[in-house]
Amino acid sequence: MSDAAHAHDDHSHGHPSGIMRWLTTTNHKDIGTMYLWFALIMLFSAGTMALLIRAELFQPGLQLTNPDFFNQLTTMHGLIMIFGAIMPAFSGFANWQVPLMIGAPDMAFPRMNNWAFWLLPVAALMLMSSFLLPGGAVAGGWTMYPPLFIQGGISYDLTILAVHIMGLSSIMGSINIVTTILNMRAPGLTLMKMPLFVWTWLITAYLLIATMPVLAGAVTMLLTDRNFGTHFFNAAGGGDPVMFQHIFWFFGHPEVYILILPAFGIVSQIIPTFARKPLFGYASMVYATASIAILSFTVWAHHMFAVGMPAAAQLFFMFSTMLIAVPTGVKVFNWVATMWKGSLTFETPMLFAIAFVCLFTIGGFSGLVLAVAPVDIQLQDTYYVVAHFHYVLVSGALFAIFAGIYYWLPKWTGHMYSETLGRWHFWLSVIGMNIVFFPMHFLGLAGMPRRIPDYALQFTEFNQIATVGAFIFGFSQLVFLVLVLKTIKGGAKAADRVWEGAEGLEWTLPSPAPYHTFETAPVVK
Amino acid sequence: MGDAMKSMWQRAGMVGAALAASQPALAEYAYNLQTPASGVAQDVFDLHNLIMLVCLGIFVVVFGAMFYSLLKHRKSLGHKAAHFHENTTVEIIWTVIPFVILVGMAYPAAKVVIDMKDTSNPDMTIKITGYQWKWGYDYLNDDISFYSNLSTPREQINGTAAKGEHYLLEVDEPMVVPVGKRVRLLITANDVIHSWWLPALGVKQDGIPGFIRDSWLKADKIGTYRGQCAELCGKDHGFMPIVVEVVSEEDYRAWVVKKKGATQAAVADNAKSFEIADLVARGEKVYQANCAACHQASGMGMPGVFPAINGSKVATGPIAEHINVVLNGRPGTAMAAFAGQLSDADIAAVVTYQRNAWDNKMGDLAQPAEIAAARGGAASEAGAPAAQ
Amino acid sequence: MSLAQTDKYYLPQPSLWPIIGSVALLLMAVGGVMTMREIDNGGWVLLAGVAILFYMMFGWFGEVIRDSEAGRYNKQVDASFRWSMSWFIFSEVMFFAAFFGALFYTRVLSVPWLGESDTMEQLWPTFKAAWPSAGPGLQDSVQFTPMGAWGIPAINTLLLLSSGVTVTWAHWGLKKSSRTQLILGLAMTVALGMVFLGLQAYEYHHAYTEMGLTLGAGVYGATFFMLTGFHGFHVLVGTTMLIVMLLRSIAGHFTAEHHFAFEAVSWYWHFVDVVWVLLFVVVYWMI
Ligand code: HEA
Ligand code: HEA
Ligand code: HEC
Ligand code: CUA
Ligand SMILES: [Cu+2]
Repeated sequence: MSDAAHAHDDHSHGHPSGIMRWLTTTNHKDIGTMYLWFALIMLFSAGTMALLIRAELFQPGLQLTNPDFFNQLTTMHGLIMIFGAIMPAFSGFANWQVPLMIGAPDMAFPRMNNWAFWLLPVAALMLMSSFLLPGGAVAGGWTMYPPLFIQGGISYDLTILAVHIMGLSSIMGSINIVTTILNMRAPGLTLMKMPLFVWTWLITAYLLIATMPVLAGAVTMLLTDRNFGTHFFNAAGGGDPVMFQHIFWFFGHPEVYILILPAFGIVSQIIPTFARKPLFGYASMVYATASIAILSFTVWAHHMFAVGMPAAAQLFFMFSTMLIAVPTGVKVFNWVATMWKGSLTFETPMLFAIAFVCLFTIGGFSGLVLAVAPVDIQLQDTYYVVAHFHYVLVSGALFAIFAGIYYWLPKWTGHMYSETLGRWHFWLSVIGMNIVFFPMHFLGLAGMPRRIPDYALQFTEFNQIATVGAFIFGFSQLVFLVLVLKTIKGGAKAADRVWEGAEGLEWTLPSPAPYHTFETAPVVK
Repeated sequence: MGDAMKSMWQRAGMVGAALAASQPALAEYAYNLQTPASGVAQDVFDLHNLIMLVCLGIFVVVFGAMFYSLLKHRKSLGHKAAHFHENTTVEIIWTVIPFVILVGMAYPAAKVVIDMKDTSNPDMTIKITGYQWKWGYDYLNDDISFYSNLSTPREQINGTAAKGEHYLLEVDEPMVVPVGKRVRLLITANDVIHSWWLPALGVKQDGIPGFIRDSWLKADKIGTYRGQCAELCGKDHGFMPIVVEVVSEEDYRAWVVKKKGATQAAVADNAKSFEIADLVARGEKVYQANCAACHQASGMGMPGVFPAINGSKVATGPIAEHINVVLNGRPGTAMAAFAGQLSDADIAAVVTYQRNAWDNKMGDLAQPAEIAAARGGAASEAGAPAAQ
Repeated sequence: MSLAQTDKYYLPQPSLWPIIGSVALLLMAVGGVMTMREIDNGGWVLLAGVAILFYMMFGWFGEVIRDSEAGRYNKQVDASFRWSMSWFIFSEVMFFAAFFGALFYTRVLSVPWLGESDTMEQLWPTFKAAWPSAGPGLQDSVQFTPMGAWGIPAINTLLLLSSGVTVTWAHWGLKKSSRTQLILGLAMTVALGMVFLGLQAYEYHHAYTEMGLTLGAGVYGATFFMLTGFHGFHVLVGTTMLIVMLLRSIAGHFTAEHHFAFEAVSWYWHFVDVVWVLLFVVVYWMI
């Protein structure tokens, strides 16, 4: 600990090594790396839960789990995937890439940056250990609806506080990112010259700062309803269980864009590189991202069409939700237009990016189907919804994360990854992913509810197909793990400008990027 | 988790065997919404088809272009990159066209929303209450009340008996409505949020404890329709199906008469005095239908979640407290107040059963009259949701 | 105190404070859950967590203050602080928004719904919807008097509004290098904050012991105490920060040009002020 005033400005001396390096680091690259590893571990944990879920659902009847444990798996799978895997992965990208892409020496607040990371393992520990407590982990769904969430035991309180801690981490991380982007850009790098990844993270961070406190408020009310005798969500005291849903989704819907905007950013970096052609419609991309963010605050109740709102409210939320298709469409068209008449090559990052555009759109279309209130009333809480959000989250957010890792891993490690393994990973993932989640549309249409451990016989075939797909998809992630480990250990030396068509400040640096970069800011023309 | 894990491994062994025996497809594949049996369901069906077709069209156009580009504009074919990177006209066009398409979809959708929300002029009204984990139906015009429980035997669920045709979608007492009549539904819940969903008739409405939300249905065809609870409501969320029998007007009348007779018999029971053996026998049935989901048929509960009744201090302590717990529940836990759900005779029976089943050998009993006395002022609240 | 501004953005050395803070929060969370679930020794774990958190804050802020006094923070760092404080206050606004939302929802929507049409007829036949309300299930068992605006709350409004003035006056003093005015202004602000807290504590005591108004008194009690309670907590934090500013001023920190810590605290204080005015209007006044 540097208690005494020390000789500052001298970055080369006395860095702790071993575990202390990681515990005390203030370096954005170290912290980015920790975020990414954390996310990977969480992905595998929550993925293992998903595989247990799928194994139970392989056929009707209860085989592996009992209903209570099944609900615990579902809930924890959802919570950990969202808060433990996808969000930290994007934070990892932000930490690594934002300073490199804007020519800054580090994040604006390096110590707070470290704290934002080290809160996550604390929260994860609290969540995971609740499996071992009496009564098991939370089983009320990741959406935490009361009164069900009021009923549970100790792990429910633990989960609420874990959500607080994760929220704190996100808020600190986001304030750091916003400040870095607004205040630490290299001279000449105006806002409208920023790489799109930086733009999307700026807007994402804004969404996080605006919504995480709302989530914190909502779960605080849950906590006091559980332990301190308040009646926020209890009609007997004049409250309303549905009020929780309004507050939760006021956070929750912007949250799903928090999970996708950085993905849009990554893809917008990759496609121009491998099309060897500048991004089409840069300005409209920025405006579209901002519109999505603003609109996202006006659509929350589309998750609640079945609670019975007045017709006027249903119409309002239906129209505003449908409207989001317009700016999202602009993005899709711009990506296609970027590829159009390019000089395309298909390295693994590009493969994942292309799959992203195509499969995310499928998820977007099912979202649009759900946005239509009468149809949603049929489909809400069915596997159609599960299909929808896995298309946007797995082939959306997760695929973009894979794409980004392949794209920047050579810059981070200094080694090229194995293109062969990359291709294997890609094709197994794309095929596996569609086998898992496509049949779920049919299940939902036919009437299979979500969050059930057992189902009627007419749903058997599609469930079996989905389970087979899940195991293909899950185990192909081991290919990814092997590939990453191999790349870190060695491999062909990566050039500074790793990809022929790559543009941007990060490619002016050596590969691997040195521990300290841009100590004097580059000038951007 | 300990227990869950244990049973997991025990069952893991059975999976292999079950897999081998897994019977050939009982059901046909289904790719779309269930066949509609009401006007609203038909509207939804058409709306869904329309949107799907529009989306499919857009998908083909957009990704037709993309895959064309992927095939033709490759570096390996020697294609040189063009340098354009914006075009205001095109960008405006592809903002406006989707907008117009959306308006075209929103218009018919809005009409259906308004129709679904219009619950005026009903021919009859049924109040539906969700409980953990069963449904309660009150026919407000005909003065009939009953509960509807899953009737699939546990053996089928645990894989020790062959699964029946309507596995998990069958109940002991279906809801019965006359064909062609506009039925208003008042939906609520007793403990946590449930959702009453009947796909073929196009109705899904959450039941919110403490609030009434209304919906309506009008079945076009006589038949049996099946649905499920569609909001996570705890452990047995997957095991609280909904079955509605749509019958002719005459059959409906006949059913009403029969039901009323049964209700009167139940009321008469409350005035009777029973032998302990009768109470235990009746109590066992009540227990299986209402309590076993949590406290288990073995009376052992689920450690950490649901306490055991076998050997419980309450079930082997003073009977007044035992009656009190069953009548009023334990606020803030899953233990609901059964005062509004069970008759005096049923509560007397289940209490007596719990005190004399398994290793509990209290030898005492409760009579319906004692329950009525214990209800005291609470009687007036019967039917109201348990206040907190 | 040297204010040798560097042209490089100051990047701190590796630091143990963050991980200490994480340990503190872990202990606090676990201890809190244990306390709520009545598990033995929960209180001690919680206390240990709080103690470590305080230790961390002293150490961390101390380091920041030393860095600042050593002139390691240049203009650009200063701008970073400004951005971050603004965004932090924005996040606080959103936190309060959740509770104001709850107040609005219960008052305008859920309580009236409970007292009309089917919901009332079928479930709560005796409920008369009106604000304030303990709700249909508690109306018979919970009797309370709502908190009026024109006693302590009005005085508190005056106190907080004048504290906004005194802190600004202190700032003027700082800007024209009048240390006396700075210290005096801060001292007055701290005093006003403390009186506010004392009065609020008295008000709570009165509510619990004499008015039957508790956290459990239906949604009125819940929204009342959560909104005013979180606000009061913010006043407590604000006052503590003001005290630190006062001590630092006495120790001779801050110059007319370089005093962002002071400004941040005064921003925070104004924010707490604005929230109070809103509270005064919608919680106390417009009952
Ligand atoms: C990354 C996350 C993500 C993203 C990006 C989205 C995007 C969208 N989502 Fe999704 N959604 C979730 C994650 C996400 N969602 C999750 C997790 C849930 C479930 C939560 C839970 O209950 O557990 C959910 C649930 C959910 C529901 C509630 C379902 C229910 O429970 O009943 C609805 C309903 O409206 C919905 C709608 C939409 C819409 C309209 C979009 C739009 O943004 C999509 C826009 C995109 C397109 C439309 C495609 C591209 C556009 C074009 C090519 C232009 C031309 C198109 C037309 C003119 C049609 N989503
Ligand atoms: C970003 C988020 C995200 C991601 C990536 C995923 C990924 C997956 N999800 Fe997830 N899912 C959610 C978010 C996500 N999910 C959410 C929010 C819910 C709702 C929760 C709720 O209802 O509350 C949900 C619900 C949900 C359900 C519905 C459960 C129910 O309603 O009952 C199902 C069912 O099939 C499912 C399946 C899967 C599968 C098969 C994957 C696969 O992609 C997983 C792939 C697997 C791996 C990556 C693991 C690989 C690991 C190994 C191969 C190691 C094996 C080694 C050992 C065991 C030692 N998910
Ligand atoms: C939804 C789940 C659920 C159902 C159904 C249920 N119970 Fe309970 N029961 C509980 C829970 C949870 C508790 C523990 C409450 C607590 O923590 O104080 C409990 C406690 C009890 C107790 C007190 C046991 C003790 O030792 O403290 C009795 C007696 C009891 N229930 C009887 C019944 C009877 C009789 C029925 C059916 C008519 C029934 N329960 C149905 C969940 C349920
Ligand atoms: Cu009842 Cu789900
Ligand atoms: Cu949404």
